[in-house]
Amino acid sequence: MVDVNKLEFGIETFGDIVANEDGSLKTAAESIRQIVHEGELADKLGINVIGVGEHHRPDYSVSSPETVLAAIAPVTKQIKLATAVTVLSSDDPVRVYERFATLDGLSNGRAQVMLGRGSFTESFPLFGYDLTDYDDLFNEKLELFDLLRKEDAVTWSGKFRAELKNQEVYPKTEKELETYIGIGGSPESIIRAAKFGYKVIIAIIGGQAERFKPYIELYRRAAQRNDMPTYPVAVHSHGFIADDKDEAVEVAFKNIKANFDRIGLTRGWAPMSREQFDNETKVGSFYVGDPETVAQRIAHTIDQLDLGRFDLVYGAGNQTAAQRERMIELYATKVIPRVKEILANKEASK
Amino acid sequence: MQFKKIGIIGAGKVGIVLAGLALQAGYEVRISGSGSVKKIDLTIDTLVPGAIATENADLIANSDLIILAIPLSRYKNIAPKLLKNKLVIDAMNYWWETDGNREEVLSPDSTSSEQVQNYFKDSTIVKTFNHMGYHNLQDEAKPQGAPNRKSLFVTGDNPQAVDQVAEFVNTMGFDPVVHYHLEDGIMTEPGSPLFGASLNATDLNDVIENFADTDFGKQIAAAKKK
Ligand SMILES: NC(=O)c1ccc[n+]([C@@H]2O[C@H](COP(=O)([O-])OP(=O)(O)OC[C@H]3O[C@@H](n4cnc5c(N)ncnc54)[C@H](OP(=O)(O)O)[C@@H]3O)[C@@H](O)[C@H]2O)c1
Repeated sequence: MVDVNKLEFGIETFGDIVANEDGSLKTAAESIRQIVHEGELADKLGINVIGVGEHHRPDYSVSSPETVLAAIAPVTKQIKLATAVTVLSSDDPVRVYERFATLDGLSNGRAQVMLGRGSFTESFPLFGYDLTDYDDLFNEKLELFDLLRKEDAVTWSGKFRAELKNQEVYPKTEKELETYIGIGGSPESIIRAAKFGYKVIIAIIGGQAERFKPYIELYRRAAQRNDMPTYPVAVHSHGFIADDKDEAVEVAFKNIKANFDRIGLTRGWAPMSREQFDNETKVGSFYVGDPETVAQRIAHTIDQLDLGRFDLVYGAGNQTAAQRERMIELYATKVIPRVKEILANKEASK
Repeated sequence: MQFKKIGIIGAGKVGIVLAGLALQAGYEVRISGSGSVKKIDLTIDTLVPGAIATENADLIANSDLIILAIPLSRYKNIAPKLLKNKLVIDAMNYWWETDGNREEVLSPDSTSSEQVQNYFKDSTIVKTFNHMGYHNLQDEAKPQGAPNRKSLFVTGDNPQAVDQVAEFVNTMGFDPVVHYHLEDGIMTEPGSPLFGASLNATDLNDVIENFADTDFGKQIAAAKKK
């Protein structure tokens, strides 16, 4: 049963390059500063989490999300500072721990690690890893990170990094680092998260959210089998909100399509059709429209999957600062309260 | 021949979706992963209850139609003799991110399904299910005659086998568009306008008929000339 009072709502950005009003593009540097500004805005408006992605590509401005979060930390009070996601497979778990423990100190315990394998692969050749070790890398590094997170001396050895012997890692945090594992549609990933007893956030990038119901059941059963705790599950999906429904749909279509098609080009999938987009916005995993439309759809997903948290991925493609900021305002002031209201009414009538 | 028992090799994203569709269609379904049953039993029991989790050898011995739903870089881990005289659907694509460098997985002079057929030389390979994303396969499966039902390309060198698989595809929720040349599978590989697209039969046929005029078609033709 959804506990409306405990529900969390976040926004996440992959660091897409921001557009000027005339359609020209801002620099990556300007786009990064825009995110800091948006973090401040989201905090003031009471949004619970801001997540910043890690990419190593020309179309995204952020390769070092903790640095951006560190700038957001001192200008905000309550918002949690998350990555979305940290590509653990091509990172060093010790460094990941150190960076987040530092961010946690800076922000009074608001750092949140989101570990994933990433849906892009640029970081592998960049940092000298072999993609064919994809699974082994993630497994091994997660195992080490899990030890580090307990903040005791660590003794560990593995294939991909120097061993640690009774090693302390610093700084220590004031409480344990909040950690999520970000997963996609693979059953193996959700079982792994359950085995480690971590919170999970599911990236639903296409199709009906309901189809993840059995996956969430799998998370619970796998945790039970391993005597591990479970937590309410989180989901992140793309969306766009504007005052006017038609305007929202047109802006989102143009931008989300451009974004997906650009990625598709390198991976060999066909361009997004209007039919596909419309399907995703009506019953799939794009949350697009005026506040009421988006609120109804988010409420439906939270209810169907019994979620504890929903993050809207914003800014896909090249949106203007005004579009991005208005979206955040509408999400915070109209959508979130309305989602809570819809769900509270639903609970009351059960 | 009407199939009764379907065996799906590969208990990943696609394998599980296909298992679900096959159960819905009333087939007896077996599914295997690369390891022991214990590795996949909880997954199968939770995601596709009713499907039998097993290992490759048992699955192959007990199925009249086998689907290969594993990464292309892994098919050589299955001994050809295991699949001798079997009708096998190849649902695999070369996918750089999982399979690594193309040269290590595929030779440049033929299509992936032809190479799969060459390797499993005593089996009959039919290619299908490969060009639609796994969640589209799940969301778009519809009963025969449903409006805007989506379509899957089915191709292979053995016409009788292709027709049987086409009928199977129909029972799984899609309109089959058939061709009788395994090498035509290239028309649905990554880079093709059909890859990752969910089209109805009319639109799919349209792309196939005009394939030579698509950018990808031109690329393929140019590569063949070399
Ligand atoms: N993803 C899509 O949307 C999509 C759509 C159409 C076609 N395809 C194609 O379908 C195939 C599978 O893709 P996927 O996305 O489902 O991959 P996946 O989620 O990684 O699943 C692959 C599965 O194959 C298993 N496997 C590997 N080697 C095996 C072996 N020798 N015997 C039995 N099982 C074995 C793996 O088991 P372990 O984990 O134990 O190794 C895993 O369960 C690929 O060729 C892909 O190109 C994918």
